[in-house]
Amino acid sequence: MAEGLDFDGLRPRSPFMGESHATWRAALRRWIDAHIMPFAAEWDEAGAVPRELFVQAGDFGLLGAGYPEAYGGTGRGPDYDHFHGIVTSEELSRVGAGGITAALMVHGIGLPPILALGSDEMKARVAPDVLAGRRQISLAITEPDAGSDVANLSTRAERRGDHYVVNGAKLYITGGCTSQWLTTAVRTGGPGAGGVSLLLIDAASPGITRLPLKKQGWWASDTAQIFFQDVEVPVENLIGPENGGFFGIMMNFNSERLGMASGALASARVCVEEAVAWARERRTFGKRLADHQVIRHKVAEMVRRISAGTAWLDQCAWQVAQGGTPVADLSLLKVEATNTLEFCAREASQILGGASYMRGARLERIYREVRVNAIGGGSEEIMRDLAARQLAL
Amino acid sequence: MKLLVPVKRVIDYNVKVRVKPDQTGVDLANVKMSMNPFCEIAVEEAVRLREKGAASEIVVVSIGPAQAQETIRTALAMGADRGILIQTDQDVEPLGVAKLLKAVVEAEAPGAVVMGKQAIDGDNNATGQMLAALLGWPQATFASAITITGDSAEVTREVDGGLQTLKVALPAVITADLRLNEPRFASLPNIMKAKKKPIDMKTPADFGVDVAPRLTVLKVTEPPKREGGAKVADAAELVGKLKEAGVI
Ligand SMILES: Cc1cc2nc3c(=O)[nH]c(=O)nc-3n(C[C@H](O)[C@H](O)[C@H](O)COP(=O)(O)OP(=O)(O)OC[C@H]3O[C@@H](n4cnc5c(N)ncnc54)[C@H](O)[C@@H]3O)c2cc1C
Repeated sequence: MAEGLDFDGLRPRSPFMGESHATWRAALRRWIDAHIMPFAAEWDEAGAVPRELFVQAGDFGLLGAGYPEAYGGTGRGPDYDHFHGIVTSEELSRVGAGGITAALMVHGIGLPPILALGSDEMKARVAPDVLAGRRQISLAITEPDAGSDVANLSTRAERRGDHYVVNGAKLYITGGCTSQWLTTAVRTGGPGAGGVSLLLIDAASPGITRLPLKKQGWWASDTAQIFFQDVEVPVENLIGPENGGFFGIMMNFNSERLGMASGALASARVCVEEAVAWARERRTFGKRLADHQVIRHKVAEMVRRISAGTAWLDQCAWQVAQGGTPVADLSLLKVEATNTLEFCAREASQILGGASYMRGARLERIYREVRVNAIGGGSEEIMRDLAARQLAL
Repeated sequence: MKLLVPVKRVIDYNVKVRVKPDQTGVDLANVKMSMNPFCEIAVEEAVRLREKGAASEIVVVSIGPAQAQETIRTALAMGADRGILIQTDQDVEPLGVAKLLKAVVEAEAPGAVVMGKQAIDGDNNATGQMLAALLGWPQATFASAITITGDSAEVTREVDGGLQTLKVALPAVITADLRLNEPRFASLPNIMKAKKKPIDMKTPADFGVDVAPRLTVLKVTEPPKREGGAKVADAAELVGKLKEAGVI
């Protein structure tokens, strides 16, 4: 249960987190408070995070958290399990600038397909630079005509001798303008999921045009439209078997959804922390906002949603840690988490009144990040549909 | 060469300290504690000396409550090899600390003791000097640069009007000033690995040192509140006011 109305107090104590997670959290928080927190508003307004941040995060070990030691990561074991991953998402979300996390941790979606399906040579070529923050890697799946309906993508890769020739377009690609590598989904075979491959594409290849898109939120991360015109990609850049790329896309989803759910629930905690701090100070009609029953109920409702969601998050992560793939749970958890975020961002903003509408504070940024959480990484509609199918409705 | 680095757990430098209502000291309840910043600089310097090949092993020692293990872990995460905690809930005075450190030096036989010039809680600036005296070792205090060559160390100190460079024979006690270096952020993997490095648990009695206080604190009070200023019309009025206040 919640033990206080600040960021930490709002997290129900996890039966699955111990001393190792507390150490991880404290270390990460100290680093984030020194390297990110003071600059968050500035970077968000500037629309980018500084290049040095990637290298600093690489040196600190944040980028390598949970990745194989052979490539400069921390490895996995008692000192890095799924709950350390949750702590990482939560602490990054405490900054209240999802765009910074999206930019800094973009390899979290771009790199896993390579580690899962790529050749040893490819892993050694890409992973150490990425985990050290020297180079970035984005995941390019979505297209103008294929978003939720991933299996319908139409960017084409034709094999010609020792390379593929790629033609098509990608849309809404995080880090797309700045990353050096693109883990790209292409059609090499017939229609449907069985004709999709993954290609590692050097973003500097001739024939690639990258255009930045302006967004409602997540300003610190660039989101790109990418065009491929007769782009030559060496065949050794095929990730996994030809026409076997769909699996690489799917296997990202479980950890991505766990990460997004942790992040959304932690962002909701930021909303409550900000709202409560305000409600305790601000006076209207002769008393503190926090003394008006309507406001008290708003806070209680937010705490209720966060507590339930976070307890469920811990349960889901525990199942995943046991080797399970609770697809229906993870899908619905993501819906619950982003609904909770939406609710808390709204209610907290109401509590702050006009102040919530002024730029530069965590709550105002989070409010503008609600939709990308609810739509990206599997939209609410698609998540519910997937769960219903999994539950054999 | 082995380096011994003493580290102290103090109130975090960001915390705004409050005096206890009964004026017996500073309120430590629920206050964030961290490694003394000067100790952190000393640890960093020791790690850099090892990275340059001038040292082979770094032992950190802390004298304090059980929670001082966290302070030792911080040093281990920065790169120290092992720790010693001399556990006591007593607030040990500089002379007591120096006697305990002397005993540790005798057991460990380090080539040098690198430590902070002072701790930000008591601001005594005494322990390093006392330790050197008790050991009969040379001391180089307020170091802003340290170079070790063979069996001596060159230490640069910031003094009024310039820099002074001392050459001391090793073993010696060297105390670190603020500008000696900028301590690193221990990396996440090193922080996790530090949990497995050994910490020896000792008590003052193990070294036969009596740490009972020799000093009595009469009263701790808040600094006087700043009073509002006043504007003066001209220099003559200012001089008049200053004379009135008895300052000139
Ligand atoms: C800021 C941002 C960053 C992104 N980063 C990346 C990235 O790095 N890489 C990448 O590949 N993609 C990225 N995306 C794309 C994201 O994954 C897609 O936006 C998402 O998958 C939804 O696809 P779509 O936008 O084409 O919406 P559509 O698929 O067109 O869906 C539109 C609406 O219809 C609903 N809908 C669709 N099908 C059904 C159905 N069968 N039943 C009921 N409702 C349905 C959806 O839920 C949604 O509400 C990003 C998006 C954003 C906004």
